[in-house]
Amino acid sequence: MSAEVVVNVPVQARLLEKRRESPDTFTLTLESPPSISGGKFFFAPGQFNMLGVPGLGEVPISISGDPANPKKLVHTVRAVGNITEAITATHPGACLTVRGPFGAGWPVDQTRTGSKEIIVVAGGVGLPPLRPAIYHFLANPALYPVVTLLYGARNPLDLVFKRELEQWTKRSRMRVEITVDRAGSSGWLGRVGVVTNLIGQVKFNPDRVTALVCGPEIMLRYTLMELEKRGVGPANIYVSMERNMQCGTRFCGHCQWGPYFICKDGPVFRYDHIKDWFSLQEI
Amino acid sequence: MEALPLDEKINDLKVVLKVEDFQQLLDALIRRDYQVVGPTLKEGAVVYDSLTRVSQLPAGWTDEQQAGHYSLKKRSDQAYFGYGVGPQSWKKFLFPPRITLWKQKSPGEAPEPAELPQDAPRYAFLGVRACELKAITLQDQVFLTGPFIDPIYQARREKVFIVAVNCGQAGANCFCASVGSGPQVTQGYDLALTEVTAAPEAYFLVEVGSQAGQTLLNEVTHRPATGKEVAEARQVVERAASEMSKSLATADLKDFLYTNYENPYWAEVAGRCLACANCTLVCPTCFCTSPEDVSDLTGQVTEHRRRWDSCFSLDFSYLHGGSVRPSRQSRYRQWLTHKLGTWQDQFGEIGCVGCGRCITWCPVGIDLTTEIRALRQAAATLTAGTETNPKSDER
Ligand SMILES: Cc1cc2nc3c(=O)[nH]c(=O)nc-3n(C[C@H](O)[C@H](O)[C@H](O)COP(=O)(O)OP(=O)(O)OC[C@H]3O[C@@H](n4cnc5c(N)ncnc54)[C@H](O)[C@@H]3O)c2cc1C
Ligand code: SF4
Ligand code: SF4
Repeated sequence: MSAEVVVNVPVQARLLEKRRESPDTFTLTLESPPSISGGKFFFAPGQFNMLGVPGLGEVPISISGDPANPKKLVHTVRAVGNITEAITATHPGACLTVRGPFGAGWPVDQTRTGSKEIIVVAGGVGLPPLRPAIYHFLANPALYPVVTLLYGARNPLDLVFKRELEQWTKRSRMRVEITVDRAGSSGWLGRVGVVTNLIGQVKFNPDRVTALVCGPEIMLRYTLMELEKRGVGPANIYVSMERNMQCGTRFCGHCQWGPYFICKDGPVFRYDHIKDWFSLQEI
Repeated sequence: MEALPLDEKINDLKVVLKVEDFQQLLDALIRRDYQVVGPTLKEGAVVYDSLTRVSQLPAGWTDEQQAGHYSLKKRSDQAYFGYGVGPQSWKKFLFPPRITLWKQKSPGEAPEPAELPQDAPRYAFLGVRACELKAITLQDQVFLTGPFIDPIYQARREKVFIVAVNCGQAGANCFCASVGSGPQVTQGYDLALTEVTAAPEAYFLVEVGSQAGQTLLNEVTHRPATGKEVAEARQVVERAASEMSKSLATADLKDFLYTNYENPYWAEVAGRCLACANCTLVCPTCFCTSPEDVSDLTGQVTEHRRRWDSCFSLDFSYLHGGSVRPSRQSRYRQWLTHKLGTWQDQFGEIGCVGCGRCITWCPVGIDLTTEIRALRQAAATLTAGTETNPKSDER
């Protein structure tokens, strides 16, 4: 977003559909509101909105829908606390508030001219923020001929987008590898182990690949280590960062991370730009 | 502030306003529908509040400031501006401590802004010091340079009329000269006053900084200044500059802080810091906030407010599962490194104007200029013999 936009006030968006993804995670389809700058709503893969419940508050939630279909605004929300619980408890027909979209997204333009291979690494609810980029890659085979998705969750129940994962596995040209930390008694027949293990197991050309990574911070750390071990250069790795965020417009100060405001300079960063900060604790 | 470019003539214009005609300046501002705010005494301190009479100014008073100490005492003269900056800054007007951003009249209705720009208060600030003018320009960068613009700040800022005052004395915690923000007022004002008390008759030397300032001055009795008066006024500011004993070496500060996240001395400061957040609240440039969402008893009407917050609180960096900065050490480090280091990458200069408020109002008297010096010393001790020592501070 380069134009200067004077804005403080959210718009309302009606909830059209709610789908349960896992015991605590729901995908919400909203009717697309006008964009923050007034016109039609559009977004870049990796951007987020401040989703709100009147009287309760707003939280940053990535857009998980298809950028080619901006008429529907799709978010996937895991209920972890007050606001996310209220958001996921909202019934279709009721309204949520929306401000956005905010932030710098995935490198869907840069990769066009660069590498020919894409590897997407997602942990838990790290997959929803990556889904718009996946849609974009799959819709543009000439630009992105080789796409790999490595996805891990704590247990089989926690995997989101199960139906779509199956479709992608069976019917798309994307290579999909899924793993869970613990299979439990679910009858899971797939891989068991952390997602970072997969990085050493799948075939890709480290000189031609661009990696997109999203998940819990601990998973990011190990993923980055493994990717570097495989010889992927930090300039070809993109990560989505998470910090407390209260406004989305770089005023509240909460999302500062070293010199960066994650809401404006991120949430997606090129790894070589943030490598030094990534190694520091409690910043 | 009117943004009209000034011709040389206005810029050079220096006139004398007699003390007995000072009230005319307030009257002219009030006639123009300004809400005049300026220094006045309250609860043992100089604070900024609404004024209609010059008699409400703390004439004849001065302050004594030390690390963790502030007190008022009588002056030997009746100077209107013979004290330093108090606990408050002008940010409380341009960037209110608590404000409602939007309202929703009922669950089905669209949220509406709680204040329209045209309804924002029209302030005239009386007695803005050089460091405070600089602090306003630093907050301008935060709120007005995009990608998003804060309409609350913008509406107030566009309307404000600024009467600046040159400092005639430096407080014990002032270090504006070393960070280049004072004590001389150089730009960003409509009118600038220098109070000359030593002469047989006290007077203000007035400089005009904008078309709006010129227009207002035309309604106030004044006369051209003589060369002697201009020289006397210059001495007033020179005295303040020469009195200043504190300093902060800024040249390599960002690089120093960026390479000193692991400096063991942070733990030492953290041992004294109470994480009370006083420093961030008194600082004229700190801008962090948190939202507050409220609803009326019926749950129908809801409001989204924002209030000043501080990076010293544990909640500030809360992420599901815990705070990102659980230790006090990491929070003090965040504050100081932001103010003096990362602010430079964010906004192009340091975020400190050398007003000394955070030193005076720290209950345990933590002084950032001393802490930076101690950090440098600790770093030098660590690297002694292996690398070139970081340049030591002056003093
Ligand atoms: C850029 C970005 C994108 C995100 N995308 C998604 C997404 O697509 N789906 C999803 O389920 N979650 C996402 N999150 C995380 C989500 O914002 C938090 O789970 C949510 O803020 C928790 O709020 P709560 O009130 O329910 O939880 P509580 O634990 O009660 O949190 C209290 C408050 O702390 C803050 N907070 C707590 N955890 C986080 C966090 N992880 N990030 C930011 N602020 C936090 C919030 O202000 C919150 O209101 C994203 C976070 C960021 C920063
Ligand atoms: S950091 Fe301290 S000295 Fe610097 S501007 Fe803020 S309050 Fe004033
Ligand atoms: S430095 Fe002083 S004023 Fe600031 S939080 Fe610590 S004790 Fe409070």
